[in-house]
Formats: sequence, structure tokens, C-alpha cells
Amino acid sequence: MVKLNVNPTRMELATLKAKLSTANRGHKLLKDKQDELMRQFILLIRRNNELRAEVETKLTKAMQSFVMAKALLNEKFIEELVAIPPRSVSLDLYEKNIMSVKVPVMNFKYDDNEDSEELVYGYLNSNSELDTSIEQMADVLKQLLELSEIEKTCQLMADEIEKTRRRVNALEYMTIPRYEETIYFIQMKLDESERAAITRLMKVKDMG
Amino acid sequence: MAHKIGVVGDKDSILPFKMLGFDVFFASEAKEARTTIDRLATENYGIIYLTEPLGKLIPDTIKRYDEEISPAIILIPNHLGSLDIGKKRIQENVEKAVGQNIL
Repeated sequence: MVKLNVNPTRMELATLKAKLSTANRGHKLLKDKQDELMRQFILLIRRNNELRAEVETKLTKAMQSFVMAKALLNEKFIEELVAIPPRSVSLDLYEKNIMSVKVPVMNFKYDDNEDSEELVYGYLNSNSELDTSIEQMADVLKQLLELSEIEKTCQLMADEIEKTRRRVNALEYMTIPRYEETIYFIQMKLDESERAAITRLMKVKDMG
Repeated sequence: MAHKIGVVGDKDSILPFKMLGFDVFFASEAKEARTTIDRLATENYGIIYLTEPLGKLIPDTIKRYDEEISPAIILIPNHLGSLDIGKKRIQENVEKAVGQNIL
């Protein structure tokens, strides 16, 4: 490892020692942060994976039955049907701090009244595929929303973990060894010059 | 703060989302999808669902919003089935964070 290009003086030694202790403390803190982030990430990512698999199959099914329903009906009817959505979902989004990573927390409000939750449409302009499709969509909604929150969180955490890991490694394998080596070098140089001074003094004394 | 939820994709697949109360935007080309997403991002949309075939065409647009806390762009399959891009993105995250695929 290359040592830093500094003069071997006492002042430099003191500064370097201070820097080394800061670097060590930073390394420990970052390492702890990384471990905790990793622990939380692994918990989340497993859930993420399961949820996505589930949501994907359910959504595809719902969409397929909708396409089927749409093929059997006049397109105008369908458009009329969905023109005014019977329910609405509103989203409250605020930030949560997980180990200094800002992640979104999503709160959903479904304001469908219990009585009229069913989409009202006539028998004439609809078919049973449409019923199934709507049922399946409503069924998957909750999971879809949960997936959104978890997936975004995982995304942000993965970025942060990568960054933290780089920092930890840079400190562990570059900064700290460099400081240590330079401190050792200065120490040796100072000791050497001290010995030189003593020898010189003894020689001078002998001459007299 | 109240945010809205948008869906971008081909008409056949995303029309049913309208019944759930989401805002639906049709797009069939990459350019259309890109401008729609950029517009929605400035218009206080918290989640944007994007169908995978379109997501495949505009990976850099998705990446741009990855680092931001909102909007969350979530890939969904369309009626032709999943292209596994969403799954691949999860795997990429795992690899990025852990160093290898542990799932």
C-alpha cells in the first residue's frame, strides 16, 4: 500500500493520528448501518418477490377476462361503463426514515361505500366475463398497492446499500491502511532522527 | 399530502383499472409513454403503473425515477402475460445490495 506523501514531522503525525481515529469511527458506524440495512432489506425483498409473483398471475388473469368481455361486447358499452368510476382510491404519501434512507410510506383510502360497492350496470350491456374481471380486479387491488410500497422501498434501499458498501470498503481497504502506514513511517523517521541526535551529542562530549 | 395513482399502457389491458378509480392513460409507443410518464411525474402522481411491453421500450426513463422517492414506477403485466421484467428488476436489486442472487 502506498503511503501518503507527507513530511515526517510531529505535527503531521498528530494530524494523521486524529484522522485515523475519525476514519475508524466512521468505518464502524457505516458498517453497522450496512448490516442493519441489509437485515431489513432481506426481510422486505422476500416479501416483494412473493407478492410480485402473486400479483402478476392475478392481474394477468383479470386482464384476460376483461379482454374476453370486451371482445364480446360493443366497445361503446364498455367505455360507458367505465366512464364514471364507482370507487376512488386516494393515496397519502409521506416519508419514513430507515437508517437515513428516505422511503415512502403509502396510505391508501378507499372511499367506496359498502352499499354501492358493486358496479351498477345492466344485464343487457354486460356479460359474465365482465363480472369475473371486475371481481378479480377488486381482489388484486390491495396486494397491488402493497407491492407498490414494498417495491419502491426495496429499490431505494438497494441503492443505499450499494453506496454504503462502497464507502465501507473504501475506508477499510484504502483510507485506513494508508493512514496506518504513513503513521508508522513518520514514527520510524522520528525515532531514527532522535537516535542520530543522541549519537551526535555523545560524539561531541567525547571530543571535549 | 394527497397523491394520485396513474396507469400507463395499452388500452385493452389497463381499461379495467379505471373501474378501481385509477387515472388511466393510453399509450402504444415509446415516445407517447415517455412523455406521459414525465408529465405525470410533475403532476403529483405518487404511483405510476406501467405495462411491461412499454417498460421494455423505455428503460432509461424508468431508471431516472428509480432514485426518487416519488413517483414509484411499478411494472405490471399486460393481458398477454408477464414478460418477467418486473421480476428481473427485483433480482437486480438483490444482486446490487447483497452481491449475489439469494432468492
